[in-house]
Amino acid sequence: MLFGLVIAGIILCAVLSITANRLLSSAIWLAGVSALSAILFYMLGAREVAVIELSIGAGLVTVLFVFAISIAGDEAMNAKPLVPRILGVGLVLCLVILLGWMVVPGLVTSDPTTELSSTDILWDVRGMDLIVQVSLIFAGVLSVLGLLSDKILPARAAEKGGRS
Amino acid sequence: MTLDPLILVAAGVCLLAGVGLYGLLASRNLIKIIVAMQILTKAAVLALVAAGAASGKINLSQSLAITVIVVDTVVAAVGLALGVQVRKRFGSLDAANLASLRR
Repeated sequence: MLFGLVIAGIILCAVLSITANRLLSSAIWLAGVSALSAILFYMLGAREVAVIELSIGAGLVTVLFVFAISIAGDEAMNAKPLVPRILGVGLVLCLVILLGWMVVPGLVTSDPTTELSSTDILWDVRGMDLIVQVSLIFAGVLSVLGLLSDKILPARAAEKGGRS
Repeated sequence: MTLDPLILVAAGVCLLAGVGLYGLLASRNLIKIIVAMQILTKAAVLALVAAGAASGKINLSQSLAITVIVVDTVVAAVGLALGVQVRKRFGSLDAANLASLRR
């Protein structure tokens, strides 16, 4: 019962986030999806992921969205979608049916086996992945800094000067 | 009759992925497209955790889900920064305006 309510809440927040006219309300509904997902993760027994989802998904990503919207402006856009609506809905229905066909039979519950703790798996078994993640975060920070900077490169400045 | 919670979660994953894909197809606003991508990734993370809970290997699925969340956040940050730059350069967030070769 509780599972059903939380899942229905997630779907509702996702639909409202996609259909909202204003970008800011879209970002807030997305934070709602993250918060409810965190509750669902906790109920499924994934406590570490629940905490990370709540802090990063509902916290950091929302702050990033609000920051970007405050710079780019919250303009309502009611233009027609590039893909025809019927084709879009048909493709989505195909995806949902295919996913259901693949996912639902795969979720056969099996007896819990003894396994390493999540810390051991993260640091020992998947150490290489962790190094890649750290370098990815570093590359992401550098690219965001580069994209948000307003400085004009010397070559570009010379080109602009030559034109004018 | 009570439904197995994992079946409910699986149905939720399918619907969430559907909502995300529809948003990706129907939106023209660049920031809205990133929101739709976030919803799609949430569906993937939810599927990972549900699979871990079903197979009794929740810790392995948790470590994979943490990787997905981190990469997803980096993608969102870079995508939003790109969106801000597009807004500065083209004066609009409409993805259709980006096809400058059409002009």
